[in-house]
Amino acid sequence: MSAPTRVPAGAPEHLTGPGSGGVGDDAERPDGVLKVRGEFAYGSDLWMADMLWGATLRSPHPYARIRSVDTSAALATPGVRAVLTADDVPGEKVYGLELADQPVLALDVVRYQGEPVALVAADHPETARLAATRIRVDYEVWEPVTDARTALGHRTGNQVHDSAPEVTELSRENAHLHPQGNLVRHLKIRKGDPAPAADVVVVGEYEVGMQDQAFLGPESGLAVPAEDGGVELHVATQWLHVDQRQICSALGLPPGQVRLTLAGVGGAFGGREDLSMHVHACLLALRTGRPVKMSYNREESFFGHVHRHPATMRYEHGATRDGQLVYVKAEIYFDGGAYASSTPAVVGNGGTMGIGPYVVPSVHVDCYGAYTNNPPCGAMRGFGSVQTAFGYESQMDALAAELGMDPVELRCRNAMEQGSTTPTGQVVDSPAPVAELLRRLAAMPLPTRDDGGEVDLRDMPGGVSNTTHGEGVRRGVGYAVAYKNVGFSEGYDDYSTARVRLEVVGGEPTATVHTAAAEVGQGLVTVEQQIARTELGVERVVVHPKDTTVGSAGSTSASRQTYVTGGAVKAACEAVREQVLARAQRLVGRTVPDLRLAGGAVVSDSEDITVPLADLLGDDVLEETLEWRHRPTEAIDPETGQGFAHVQYAFSAHRAVVDVDTELGLVKVVEMACTQDVGKAINPQAVIGQIQGGTAQGLGLAVMEEILIKDGTVRNPSFTDYLIPTILDMPPMRIEVLEYADPHAPYGLRGVGEAPNISSGPAVLAAIRAATGLPLARVPVRPEHLTGT
Amino acid sequence: MRLTCTVNGASQQVDDVWEGESLLYVLRERMGLPGSKNACEQGECGSCTVYLDGLPVCACLVAAGQAEGRQVGTVEGLAGAAALSPVQQAFLDAGAVQCGFCTPGLLVATHDLLTRSGRPSDPEIREALAGNLCRCTGYEKILDAVRLAAERMSEPGAHR
Amino acid sequence: MDFLRPTTWAEALEARAAFPGAVAIAGGTDVMVGINFGRLRPASLLDLTRVAGLQEWGTEDGAVRLGAGVSYARVIGELGDRLPGLAMAARTIGSPQIRNRGTVAGNLATASPAGDAHPALLAADAEVEVASVRGTRRMPVRDFYTGVKRTALAPDELIAAVSVVPPSGPQQFSKIGTRNAMVVSVAAFGLALHPDRRAVGTGIGSAAPTPRRAPAAEEFLAGELTSAGLWESRAELPEATAARFGELVAAAAAPIDDVRGTARYRVHALSVIARRALTWAWADYRNDPAKEI
Repeated sequence: MSAPTRVPAGAPEHLTGPGSGGVGDDAERPDGVLKVRGEFAYGSDLWMADMLWGATLRSPHPYARIRSVDTSAALATPGVRAVLTADDVPGEKVYGLELADQPVLALDVVRYQGEPVALVAADHPETARLAATRIRVDYEVWEPVTDARTALGHRTGNQVHDSAPEVTELSRENAHLHPQGNLVRHLKIRKGDPAPAADVVVVGEYEVGMQDQAFLGPESGLAVPAEDGGVELHVATQWLHVDQRQICSALGLPPGQVRLTLAGVGGAFGGREDLSMHVHACLLALRTGRPVKMSYNREESFFGHVHRHPATMRYEHGATRDGQLVYVKAEIYFDGGAYASSTPAVVGNGGTMGIGPYVVPSVHVDCYGAYTNNPPCGAMRGFGSVQTAFGYESQMDALAAELGMDPVELRCRNAMEQGSTTPTGQVVDSPAPVAELLRRLAAMPLPTRDDGGEVDLRDMPGGVSNTTHGEGVRRGVGYAVAYKNVGFSEGYDDYSTARVRLEVVGGEPTATVHTAAAEVGQGLVTVEQQIARTELGVERVVVHPKDTTVGSAGSTSASRQTYVTGGAVKAACEAVREQVLARAQRLVGRTVPDLRLAGGAVVSDSEDITVPLADLLGDDVLEETLEWRHRPTEAIDPETGQGFAHVQYAFSAHRAVVDVDTELGLVKVVEMACTQDVGKAINPQAVIGQIQGGTAQGLGLAVMEEILIKDGTVRNPSFTDYLIPTILDMPPMRIEVLEYADPHAPYGLRGVGEAPNISSGPAVLAAIRAATGLPLARVPVRPEHLTGT
Repeated sequence: MRLTCTVNGASQQVDDVWEGESLLYVLRERMGLPGSKNACEQGECGSCTVYLDGLPVCACLVAAGQAEGRQVGTVEGLAGAAALSPVQQAFLDAGAVQCGFCTPGLLVATHDLLTRSGRPSDPEIREALAGNLCRCTGYEKILDAVRLAAERMSEPGAHR
Repeated sequence: MDFLRPTTWAEALEARAAFPGAVAIAGGTDVMVGINFGRLRPASLLDLTRVAGLQEWGTEDGAVRLGAGVSYARVIGELGDRLPGLAMAARTIGSPQIRNRGTVAGNLATASPAGDAHPALLAADAEVEVASVRGTRRMPVRDFYTGVKRTALAPDELIAAVSVVPPSGPQQFSKIGTRNAMVVSVAAFGLALHPDRRAVGTGIGSAAPTPRRAPAAEEFLAGELTSAGLWESRAELPEATAARFGELVAAAAAPIDDVRGTARYRVHALSVIARRALTWAWADYRNDPAKEI
């Protein structure tokens, strides 16, 4: 593969970092110093002297036919170098993660507000923006379909269904946004008694609004045309190779001519799994022969990536009088918006784990993903499980109330454990300490209430906005527990590739780790170093820039990178180590069974052997590249949902303590406590960071975060009106991390990132219910819900 | 238009600035100082926080021409001659950096807070940093970092 | 786009008159958002940050005269004792970074119904001083707002200053937002008790096309305090009085449903924060006999 023709300012360098530390240590991030010095180059920081700026013209309508597009006035604008439409896409004109259904640029129909219609490249971003406004698009505006159930053929307002509809029929009754109908996926689980009866039955309907990932670094990248007719793309993303596959398809170029390098990523949380400006920048660069930078502003970012699926859910829980779950029926609707994105997999998660980490003899789940004219929805941290956790944990609280039981006790009585069978018929074959997580939470001391002394407004609901000095404030405590699959499921060939090199540089043994795994802030680059240090016994570990000159690492999603890419790095290190030890055996001249690598040398405990790697390797370079897979999963049965769907589960539980101003409906979360089993904390500090950050995003969804949509139009595409928690919204946290090894996983580790994002929101919701006594069927909870206004 | 100002103690002059550009754009795209970040460009996230004549402000809301002749301080200048300032070091040590996109703005805001108030209380820290959004950390380790930096900076003879 | 940078007030007024397409910019916290997002493309920007004297405040005829360029941060830091209601409101505005740049005059010029300074200015009977090459005029702040984001400012005028008489009694400010910091108000309320003239001042934000007062509530409360001799006795305020005051404040609102809240909630919330603000202000009044009237 040829080297980049030209390197932009801000192209990534090898990361070394001053740190040390192996598996289990709080090793320092190798990119940390760059980040605190403002020298770490994110996608939006890339720069070349002769670069152009790209801009995107987007549809103002959620659903319309394009009669014509006139680009002449835009092209005539001084400083404009190219204006492109769908006609200029040389390869496949549609792309997608799971189904290729999304146009690179709108074809004849636009299906959501903000769908890209045309592109401009110009000398200055203002010129590009101005020219984009001069593109005249003639739309025939259609009535949008904006409700998932309507899209699937249910009458609007028909909230209660006795049985699952025949969706293949229903999906053809209404407006068809796509030739295949409005149904993206229907997942069924049929387990146990089809007509179960129970002493106590609790029915509830719940709704979860559309959440945004709200990563801070906007979608950005720089495409540089290469001498071989190909293109180099530096981009902030989550999965270089799936991007590459889709870009190649759209450009009609082979992978060798579309070379991707990971630019600095300012957070992702699922929102960068789909393409945004990737193909667009490449098209403009190839057309103009100049580097093209694209960087969305915050408003465009809201239209430029998929969001978390809004969901409506109906649950029916049946239990014995003493609190043993007998059956759960669930009907779950995910609004996938205009294009499929990862809706099929979200439906997979939502359905298979939709009743929570509980043992239930009879389970009947119908989980649907629908096309509508709302913004496309896809991956976001917690992926299908965040929504259902609000449903099933609300049900557990309602059932506890109905039974007069303690909610923690009810959960513990039904908790999944090692050896339990999941709703998909899978036997849980590693520790599942659900009850222990809850009991440890319940045993933690509650925050004390500061009754005496001066009121500090900053501790009150409303903060310094001075809405209460204690009037109307009631405290509530709520619990929730959740689980989440780690890695890609349902038979997906989920692997990662690692290349590990060992050599002596400047007298010091140095390992270089090269993977394509996207560092998005979580600290994977640190983990890669830690594993190499532990496995190879060297201090100095270089992290190669992430690019497509090595094989796919899979996505930085599904809490999977430490497991899968960590597993690949470990395996590649082991292969290198074997070479080294074989060399040492040859040097020693006999078989020493306990040779190992430590302190930059081959050593033996049984014999007095120390062979420095510097001596052993000389100028030789040892390198291994290999693919590593976790245990295979299998597709579930389409009629019963049975099968070994998931390779591993992560478990976490939260306790939330809130103060609610019950008169004004304002909430102050006082404390969050979390227990989580991580199998093995590869980097304890980073694990805590994931728990804290995930907790914040769950809290945000519970009390403030929602993309508001009316008639298919986004009403709050800004950080002025899409609110995420500030430092005054996040309370102190108590965290206990358990480490029960999963015998099937490298080092026994479990994926960490998503579980705490799932259990925190339902705990906050439960605490608000406890404080107010209100049933609260929808998140985010708004003041209106708490005040009946 | 031409813009001349002092950034991190050094005189900077750039030409052909469009009058609608923000100080943030000029720093990032014209002066080669992309450390200040462009997360929202509407004053709602604090990632572009810089010192302007000694006061922390959102560089995205300063029109380029308003910086004419002014003193600008960015994250790139925080360490001075040292490798890292105590605030930067504390953010690293406390694990307050994940994706890092909020970090430059938080560092400037924290530096300002600790310059004005040696050992702020937790509520004071929270109020002072309420204009800096972070999406990764849940803020706990940022609080840890600020406390750590405050402690180190209040030691006798500490470097600021 | 041109960039105009007057250094004296006379130059600023001349520029304002000569460039009708210019948009005045001080803290930039509204103007730059419009420019950054392509919603505002003025022919020129009239930068007021270099105008000598505009960043000063002083006292004039017993009133604090706040130059148009004084930031919220300075209101909080330097005028908390003299203009408590405005300082309380300023503390809720945006972020520290915004408060270092944004100005009360800018809040007035934008005239968003959600501007946080307005309720405090209304309650305190502030006066706005506007000027042009034709001369200077002053108006009560309540006459300044003429519609949604519309003001009494003529095209050739600039806001010179805001004058507020330091209060003879307690002031309160309370604002509803759906986040505990850095949030646009869903409803806001400013209250000033004026024991010297036995009057009550109110201001409502985010609950009508313009910031407005609640005259019926003011008259009701002033009447109750006077008829019951409470100004003098500083006795406990009857709960019913506070509740009725809250209802009358809410009745003065004419809110809409928007992304930040429903009209019904705004009315409800106003009744609550007005009642609470009054109870806090009255408690302050009772506890502060030093301020003789």
